[in-house]
Amino acid sequence: MIELITNLDFEPFLISFKLAFYTTVILFIIAIPISWYLSQTKSKIKPVIEAITALPIVLPPTVIGFYILFTLSINSPVGVFFEETFGIRLVFNFTSLVIASCFYSLPFMIQPIQSAMENMPKSLIEASYICGKSKLQTIMYVVIPNIKPAVLTAIVTTFAHTVGEFGVVLMVGGSIPGETKVASIAIYEFVEILDYESAHIYSAIMLVMSFSVLFLVYYFNQKQRQKYDSY
Amino acid sequence: MIRIDIQKMLHGSNGEMPLDITIKIKEGDFVALSGVSGSGKTTLLRIIAGLEKIDNGKIIVNEKVWTDSTNSKSFTPIQQRSIGYLFQDYALFPNMSVLKNLLFVNEDKVLAYKLLDLVGLKQLENRMPQTLSGGQKQRIALCRALMNQPKILLLDEPLSALDLNMRKKLQDDIKRFHKEFNITTIMVSHDPSEIYKLSSRVLILEQGKIIKDGKAKDVLLKTSGSQKFSFQGELLEVYKADIINIAIVSIADQLVKVVLDSSQANELEIGDIVTISTKAFSPTISKI
Repeated sequence: MIELITNLDFEPFLISFKLAFYTTVILFIIAIPISWYLSQTKSKIKPVIEAITALPIVLPPTVIGFYILFTLSINSPVGVFFEETFGIRLVFNFTSLVIASCFYSLPFMIQPIQSAMENMPKSLIEASYICGKSKLQTIMYVVIPNIKPAVLTAIVTTFAHTVGEFGVVLMVGGSIPGETKVASIAIYEFVEILDYESAHIYSAIMLVMSFSVLFLVYYFNQKQRQKYDSY
Repeated sequence: MIRIDIQKMLHGSNGEMPLDITIKIKEGDFVALSGVSGSGKTTLLRIIAGLEKIDNGKIIVNEKVWTDSTNSKSFTPIQQRSIGYLFQDYALFPNMSVLKNLLFVNEDKVLAYKLLDLVGLKQLENRMPQTLSGGQKQRIALCRALMNQPKILLLDEPLSALDLNMRKKLQDDIKRFHKEFNITTIMVSHDPSEIYKLSSRVLILEQGKIIKDGKAKDVLLKTSGSQKFSFQGELLEVYKADIINIAIVSIADQLVKVVLDSSQANELEIGDIVTISTKAFSPTISKI
């Protein structure tokens, strides 16, 4: 058993985490302005944008994967542009996984942050403007520090959700060892070749890690909420 | 000099109502805005601050255009208006200590300590807002409002959530700051004693329009003619005791009994707003 664990190839986990890390960082940067816009706007197109950003929750990952594959492949204008201008191929490599994951995990980053921004007392934001601060300064120094629990939830669920991805990754990245073969796909392949022992170990690691991460988030949020409830 | 001439359609709980205000306010004045809720007081304050847009008109402060509906480019952003604003819910930033809340406006530590000293709360500089009482929070918020040395201070019912003692303390603070920094101040308030104590001019709003404009004494004192005592209150109960009728009337937060004759008893209904007045030549006054 110990021999089996030491001989185990941990690279799929590393790729999973690398992917989740890049996706989380990129999505955080993208999600802050989108969430801010959605939380402040009274525009009629708000429901349209909300619906688009929530699509990945309801769509089968294969559908998202298919469209991304279709858009980024060298048969599409986007794919051709990147291939010819930068010499980058956008499918079946790590870059394509990051792009696909960003679409797939977008709602997990936007929704908690948007709802926390909406629930923030409006007077805090207005007070910051009156203190002479710009929108950007207000978001950085007043809004984000005061919705920390939501930001943490968003970051962690995005990370965990990306680690747990399967369908999109398989569609867009395939299973190239060391490049696009993430942990969830490795498990699928172990089962396919009836290597249940390895599948068990991989799955158990995923389970324990996911639980620990979620537990820590909920624990931290409970503490934070106690702090803010007294306000 | 602040010149305000604005129109805006308000969509309140009582349907649509046009807000239509034309006033001039002298520099250094202390103006109280009063009137029933929903009459547009807070909206007017928010428009002056730039937190709300107008449909028509303009606001000119010291010859600088803050808002002009005919020229959208002339809108002065909130950040550049040099105003202080006191919110009903204090709006202190929960993620910053008392001192940081003040320094967030600008890094002038000398002014921050001076202001904290004036309200007697210097010792709380490192406390977080959520650990303070309502009165302490509002005094800190008052200090913060003055950190950018505003030309205009806007107070939106700042004391309505506080108890009587704390109110008196804050009224003194506001009065002191108004004198010390000579800031033109506009305050929304329902409390006649507060208005009388602080303001040099009172505007009463009703249905989006100014219906009274004058000194607190002229606008608020409910006496007329030779009557010396006159109070408004709500009729709570009328009952017969032997051959007389007695009315229970609630005035401010006190209840009084008044004798009625039978025709009055028939005329009045529970819930009516009534005036109780008497010619009082020698009332006695004593300290409690």
